[in-house]
Amino acid sequence: MTPDVLMPDVLVLGAGPAGMAAAIAARGQGLSVLLLDENAAPGGQVYRALQRRDAADAQERRDAADAQERRDAADAQERAGKVLLAAFAACGAEARHGAVLWAVEDGPRVFWSENGAARSAAPGRLILAAGATERPMPIPGWTLPGVMGVGAAQIALKTAGLVPDGDAWIAGQGPLLWLYAAQALKHGGRFAGIIDLAPPGVVSRALRHLPAVLRGADYLAQGLLWQRAVKRAGVAVLAAREVAAEGEGRLEAVVFDGQRHPADLLLLHDGVVPNTQVTRAIQGCRHVWEQGSWRPELDGWGNTGSPGVMVAGDSGGIGGAAAAALSGTLAALEAARQLDRITTERRDAQARPARLSLARHRAVRPLLDAMFPPRPMAAVADTTILCRCEEVSAGQVRGAVALGCLGANQVKAFCRAGMGACQGRVCGPAVHGAIAAARGVPGEAVEPFRTRFPTKPLTLGELAALQA
Amino acid sequence: MNRAIVIGAGLHGLSTALHLARAGWGVTVLERRHAGRHSSGINAGGVRRLGRDLREIALSAIAADMWANIAALVGDDCGFVASGQVKVAESEADMVRLEARADQVRALGWRHEEVVDAAELRRLVPAIAPHAVGALVTRDDGAADPMRTVMAFRVAALQAGATLIEDIAVQGVALAPGGGLLVQTDRGPMQADRVANCAGAWAPGLARLVGEDIPCTAKASMMIVTERVAPFCAPTVGAASRALSFKQTAAGTVLIGGGHQGRNDVAAETSIVDFRNLANAARVATALFPCMTGVRMVRSWCGIEAMPPDQIPVIGESATLPGLFHSFGYSGHGFQLAPAAGAAVAELIARGATNMPIAPFTQQRFSAAARAA
Repeated sequence: MTPDVLMPDVLVLGAGPAGMAAAIAARGQGLSVLLLDENAAPGGQVYRALQRRDAADAQERRDAADAQERRDAADAQERAGKVLLAAFAACGAEARHGAVLWAVEDGPRVFWSENGAARSAAPGRLILAAGATERPMPIPGWTLPGVMGVGAAQIALKTAGLVPDGDAWIAGQGPLLWLYAAQALKHGGRFAGIIDLAPPGVVSRALRHLPAVLRGADYLAQGLLWQRAVKRAGVAVLAAREVAAEGEGRLEAVVFDGQRHPADLLLLHDGVVPNTQVTRAIQGCRHVWEQGSWRPELDGWGNTGSPGVMVAGDSGGIGGAAAAALSGTLAALEAARQLDRITTERRDAQARPARLSLARHRAVRPLLDAMFPPRPMAAVADTTILCRCEEVSAGQVRGAVALGCLGANQVKAFCRAGMGACQGRVCGPAVHGAIAAARGVPGEAVEPFRTRFPTKPLTLGELAALQA
Repeated sequence: MNRAIVIGAGLHGLSTALHLARAGWGVTVLERRHAGRHSSGINAGGVRRLGRDLREIALSAIAADMWANIAALVGDDCGFVASGQVKVAESEADMVRLEARADQVRALGWRHEEVVDAAELRRLVPAIAPHAVGALVTRDDGAADPMRTVMAFRVAALQAGATLIEDIAVQGVALAPGGGLLVQTDRGPMQADRVANCAGAWAPGLARLVGEDIPCTAKASMMIVTERVAPFCAPTVGAASRALSFKQTAAGTVLIGGGHQGRNDVAAETSIVDFRNLANAARVATALFPCMTGVRMVRSWCGIEAMPPDQIPVIGESATLPGLFHSFGYSGHGFQLAPAAGAAVAELIARGATNMPIAPFTQQRFSAAARAA
């Protein structure tokens, strides 16, 4: 390893839209960039395997030449992704795929695993662009094999072309649920039905804001397109308040509205939350409660309270792919200014278009948040498991609160919720919500789970191989 | 009713509160964060006489008897299992040192430490690396679950009548105008006949507030916990000449420590894992247990503890503020001592004296050392 690899000007975590845009913009200012990404290829979740799929689909698409398909909403998003991927490939950043970041120390110094060995680097600036994770949706039976998140199903679709067939159901709410359903149908998937758990009334109230939103961005139109595509495909869409999964050893049925329906696959979705697993483990990174979840406290450029550590994209607050790329550009310009490559005036001038565009994209968020508030944790049955790693139920968490437990970190001590291998990555929002509901206080009044490095597991052999 | 305030709801504070409440005192425990927030809840859980400083053995032996029947004390077994403690010799030179140590302990009349050969070591620890040549063993030492222990002492103290107030910061202690002591907190003053300073890493600061300068630094020993693996190692394993504490829990996870130091920030109430240093812990653990090389660690942490220069605790009445009693500076090996040390401090407070073997721990040892220097 050459010394300049160990000390890049900027180290970027994540090759989603925010990370790619940050790398491109940083390279544009002449900064050296090392980008780490867990996946085999760039794209993140939204543009996952887009390069490979694009190559495979090219011939098919030329043959079909289906004008309608090229106009549809998912294609518009993919076109933006292809532009970004091409610019990223050409920008001169060193991208390391299959690299798993597991710790950040003061400096910043970054640690990751790659090809079975631990490595570290001391970049001038660190831009974390870890994206979003699905909010957990604890329902009775959600730990049964055959029940999974819509996000996981989307990975299977994008990487392996796998689509549901047979007695497959989707339950939950939010735009990504409809996006996935539309994508899966387009690729030949079939669903027994979609159980829409969005609270009644909220949609009609939100729709009154529609003209304002359409001026700002076309998210809602896009969402409605996806929803219409699903309904036109003849998929039954059923509104319900509650759903349960049942089965002996694996999923056999979904139950809602008192009716039992055979099922071999149930996909759950209750929106996404910022992935704060790394930032919560960094001392000095404060977090604020927003949109029903924690996000790191950032200034307008993505600076955290920890010197040299910046955040861009959905991991700094949910904004979607376009907003993520813009915030990545802003973070890179600020990094260039901090590293004395450009003046403050030049940074501000170059940032102006991105800043205007970002404001437009963010205008839609309050509406989406109003339409799809997280499902209330107070309604979750005592017997429903919240923490899957340690098999802790909602009732056990409530019991801990009744014993005087005020925050998530104490809950760990009382009943081990969040102590498993995932460190609360999966259950965190659910346990946190259950504590807040049981105490009768808003989410921000409850201390969040403290995470500990390594935020991703690594072997002792890998750590032992770390050079001092 | 006599009233005491215990500052700090770590294991030592809770144990002191439990024994005082059982002795009929009205006890209030004040905790700045929550019970067991720092070292008490997250230490290695070693219940160990093996290898103790010679001055600690007598108190440790009393504690061992209490641990053997810990449920009778706190109503829960605290996850304690007497699965043994083993200190491995990796060379003949190590063996010579361990034998000399065993002789020292025997000369004081104790019989719990025993030298074993390579064959017996392999019977006790089949997974040990081939180069190990023998060990020093205490067969009825063991390990417990630290957080479960904190919770058990907390519940027992409350059931005995103690009151626990969390999220309250102590700002000072002084003589009360009408007798007794006044504890200043961020929720106003509180009065008591006696006060126990069990504030862990923050206890020396509290002593300084009453004009008492007890030499102490902070340490932040790092811990690793791995994913669950099939049971392969019953005792807690250390090494004669390298820093290691290695223990498989009932859940199958493996806890690795041994005193590798992270960075601590007492003022900010935090400690930070130093991964380049933690790599040493991984190197020692995989050297002694090659089977661990491919096992994944899932978490690391460290907790702050006070450490006097001679690495044994400070237990005794304040020299500058009569009625204030110190119990801190356990230097990373106070977990096992907690049941006995709490009993000793409670007796000091209630009776003004104790027959428990805590004489070596008086803070006067530092002023004596200063005079001699």
